[in-house]
Amino acid sequence: MANRWISTLTKKDVTPEASFLNRRQIMAGALAGAGLSSIAGGLHAAPDGLEPNSYEDITQYNNYYEFGTGKSDPAENAHTLTTTPWSVEIAGLVDKPATYAMQDIIDAMTIEERIYRFRCVEAWSMVVPWNGFELADLLNLAGVQSGAKYVAFETAFRPDEMPGVKYPVLEWPYVEALRLDEAMHPLTLMATGIYGKPIPNQNGAPLRLVVPWKYGYKSIKSIVRITLTDTQPPTSWNKANPGEYGFYSNVNPDVSHPRWSQASERPIGGGLFAGRQPTLMFNGYEDEVAGLYAGLDLVANP
Amino acid sequence: MKQDFKAAGARPAPLRKKSVVDRVNGAARKLPAWAVYIVGLLPVPWMFYLAQTGGYGPDPVKGLEHALGQWALQLLIAGLAITPLRRFAGINLIKFRRALGLLAFAYVSLHLTVWIALDMGLFWAQMLGDVIKRPYITIGMTGFLCLIPLALTSNNRSIRKLGPKWRSLHKLVYLAVLLGGIHFIWLVKGVQLEPLIYMAVILALLAVRLPHFAKVRA
Repeated sequence: MANRWISTLTKKDVTPEASFLNRRQIMAGALAGAGLSSIAGGLHAAPDGLEPNSYEDITQYNNYYEFGTGKSDPAENAHTLTTTPWSVEIAGLVDKPATYAMQDIIDAMTIEERIYRFRCVEAWSMVVPWNGFELADLLNLAGVQSGAKYVAFETAFRPDEMPGVKYPVLEWPYVEALRLDEAMHPLTLMATGIYGKPIPNQNGAPLRLVVPWKYGYKSIKSIVRITLTDTQPPTSWNKANPGEYGFYSNVNPDVSHPRWSQASERPIGGGLFAGRQPTLMFNGYEDEVAGLYAGLDLVANP
Repeated sequence: MKQDFKAAGARPAPLRKKSVVDRVNGAARKLPAWAVYIVGLLPVPWMFYLAQTGGYGPDPVKGLEHALGQWALQLLIAGLAITPLRRFAGINLIKFRRALGLLAFAYVSLHLTVWIALDMGLFWAQMLGDVIKRPYITIGMTGFLCLIPLALTSNNRSIRKLGPKWRSLHKLVYLAVLLGGIHFIWLVKGVQLEPLIYMAVILALLAVRLPHFAKVRA
């Protein structure tokens, strides 16, 4: 069931590490677009002009509050997280509830590259070349029972390894959830790598969710438990502030968050003068996912 | 033995404290106020240098914006500490207060400029909406507006011209710094410690101005 969705962002293979250029250096070195394209030939150039952020941007600018609330805290602190051995408990309304060893999951899955836009609720965005497999494949491995309607996820909770959980910024452990049809959608990815390398701890090693049409906090990191349920599970940010964070959390420029207008976003990695760009409905994946929400009032169900 | 104790206890503790205070006051007398302006503005080119060279990481806009805002709040708090320092510790830094206030205004202005030009990218319609609809931005902007008349009247001529009204007008800084503290608490996601510490300091510095404390004199 892998490869059901092919990225329109790139057709190229993973670029060799040596040819990654820091985007800021490219911007500094190229005065005109022509100059940029000639220099950037080795990058993941996309037909529509989108190109992935640098490995440095993606791995040094993270929200992972278990390791601190600063954007650089996860990169500084997450090295303490033990990711091998790792296992994921799949429970609830499945045929084969079990604790699956990470290696067994990897062996059963087909890893592919997906270049996705990534949009944070804080109104910044990146483009990330993930490696991973479709969540649907993992759920099918466990066998989803007919009564299941939702999929709940839980992040590891390890006070000894996670300095941030000392503080009650959120209720720990971090939890997230999707409707089953969202979880089974071919865009919904379980990421195990970035730029062809094992996913760094600060990005949610060894296994994280990526739902590219939803705000970043839905894409829960370092997953230890997946539970199929028939009732809507609680989600961390919704619990913390239901007025600001809904269950769906679809990227929607027309539904504004009380603290951040979602109409536009700042692309990260372009330096001090990168400016803003308009935010796209469903983060640019409207054609693929709008059908999931036919008949649903997106304003009343943020 | 008892006598020794008494003698030790009677040793001039007040004198020792006074000498430290004296040294601070002496140094303050020698330091001209213009030096505070220069030292206080030095971080600005440094911040822009950091922003341009990756010192703030992948998002230099937020790094710069937050650094400027934080300096502004710290300078406002420093200005607020001048009177209590003199009243309760006898340390007289009053001649630097105008410099601290004007520096704070400069940092707030730069903070706002970075927000308008670099963060919001001159998206005026969206900015206007944010100022009206988003409480933390409304509050921050109100705080900035409070500071404008204070900056404009931070000169000897205004003090002479306004007379006793000047003192009343400049009490507006209490509101401005409170709004700054709330702005900081409100803009972070979830419950975070740092803005709460700022707020605790601000509230303490305002509380000592209440009539009950104001009667106590060192």
